[in-house]
Amino acid sequence: MKRPEGSSPLSQYILYLGCTVPVRALNYEISARKVAQRLGVQLEDIPEFSCCGYPVKSLHHDAYLLMAARNLALAEKKGLPVCTLCSSCCGSLAEANHELQEDEKLRSRINEDLSRWLGMRYEGGVRVTHFTRVLQQEVGSKKISEQIQADLSSLRVAPHYGCHYTKPSTIHHRAEDPENPRSLDELIEATGAHSVNYEDKLQCCGGGVLAIDEQVSLAMAQRKLDHVRAQQADAIVLICPFCNVMYESNQRKIEKVFQKEYKLPILFYPQLLGLALGMAPEELGLNMNRIKPNELLKKVNRRAS
Amino acid sequence: MIDSKNLDPNFKLLIAAEPGGENIKRCFSCGTCTAGCPVREVTDRYNPRRIIRMALLGMKKEVLSSQFIWLCSSCYTCFERCPQNVRIPELMNALKNIAVREGYLPAAMKSQIDLLSSFGRLLEITEFESEKRRESGLPSIQGKTEDVKKILGEVGLHREKT
Repeated sequence: MKRPEGSSPLSQYILYLGCTVPVRALNYEISARKVAQRLGVQLEDIPEFSCCGYPVKSLHHDAYLLMAARNLALAEKKGLPVCTLCSSCCGSLAEANHELQEDEKLRSRINEDLSRWLGMRYEGGVRVTHFTRVLQQEVGSKKISEQIQADLSSLRVAPHYGCHYTKPSTIHHRAEDPENPRSLDELIEATGAHSVNYEDKLQCCGGGVLAIDEQVSLAMAQRKLDHVRAQQADAIVLICPFCNVMYESNQRKIEKVFQKEYKLPILFYPQLLGLALGMAPEELGLNMNRIKPNELLKKVNRRAS
Repeated sequence: MIDSKNLDPNFKLLIAAEPGGENIKRCFSCGTCTAGCPVREVTDRYNPRRIIRMALLGMKKEVLSSQFIWLCSSCYTCFERCPQNVRIPELMNALKNIAVREGYLPAAMKSQIDLLSSFGRLLEITEFESEKRRESGLPSIQGKTEDVKKILGEVGLHREKT
């Protein structure tokens, strides 16, 4: 990572939003930008970004590579690495990037189409990562814990890693052990809140099959709500807007189908972090959360500044 | 009952030639994939070991026309654990790519193609979203691009209605 001369910013990234965040998880984007600004991570925008290509990966591999390459080419022009909020976008872009970087023949074939149809080229010069990975690797738990301004020590939250943040480990440069990841636990502990362990912690949210078979995907999500509830956690903390669709947007539906009541708040990690940094709930889009985290917010002791 | 007359011995070669399907012949049916599969945990309609076995036997029509190949949630748990590096989620994508070419496109995926062609994204950015962005002080984003429609049209996934 090249660091610009002088003290700030700490690092610079292009923020890739994808399809779900701007429509269904504005609170994630709002809170991520807020904490990034506070912690010295400068985020640039490319308004022309389109879908990462993930939905067509199962339909037509070249179409997937072309859609990913279009975004990567736009980023390459800016000369900055890309960070995503959505874990699925991160996996999709990183995997296409990996393929295009490793296989020169494939890259030139994709570039032929990309230049003929869209007048673009991608030379393989972009690095793709997840916003959470930037917080972990470039800001770091230590720097975060030094800036804490509110007491979150009575909060017990359950981390949900999701799948594409760590897997396949080969395309994420083996950033951590996919069978025993620690980064989100550590980032939660850095805020002063307690990270709660629970059964099947690494379980998939089921979002990948939502469009194909809703009952199967709801049954998958329901298991985690049960396991987290069993530990009496105050909330699930997650880092992917699609996992949030499963656990938050579909929670009412799950309650109906399985005849259970959860009312379990779901927070994006930057929302938790922002609270710890002393930001007000509405600054972090917490008023947009569908399952109101009122009880949780009562446990946050904001220190008088 | 499997009737050997209906098996296609070349099916595994077709799969191995498809991006993601290269390692199919390495599978020795240990079942590590199925044992750790979160979809399998909630439904017995999905069983990766069984699908791979069927594919290796050459049960082409049964595999390609089945709904079960579409039930992989792409969680990559089996990808990490497979002792033979069969890269199962990628293998499922290879099977789905072939299935689409053979005319088996699930309705849900067809509607995703239509959305992507119309907006360049899965969810439309309406005036409502743009207004919310402005109110929240977020930078504006381009709600629509023709580039994705161009890609999907050129590769043959999307056809304009006539």
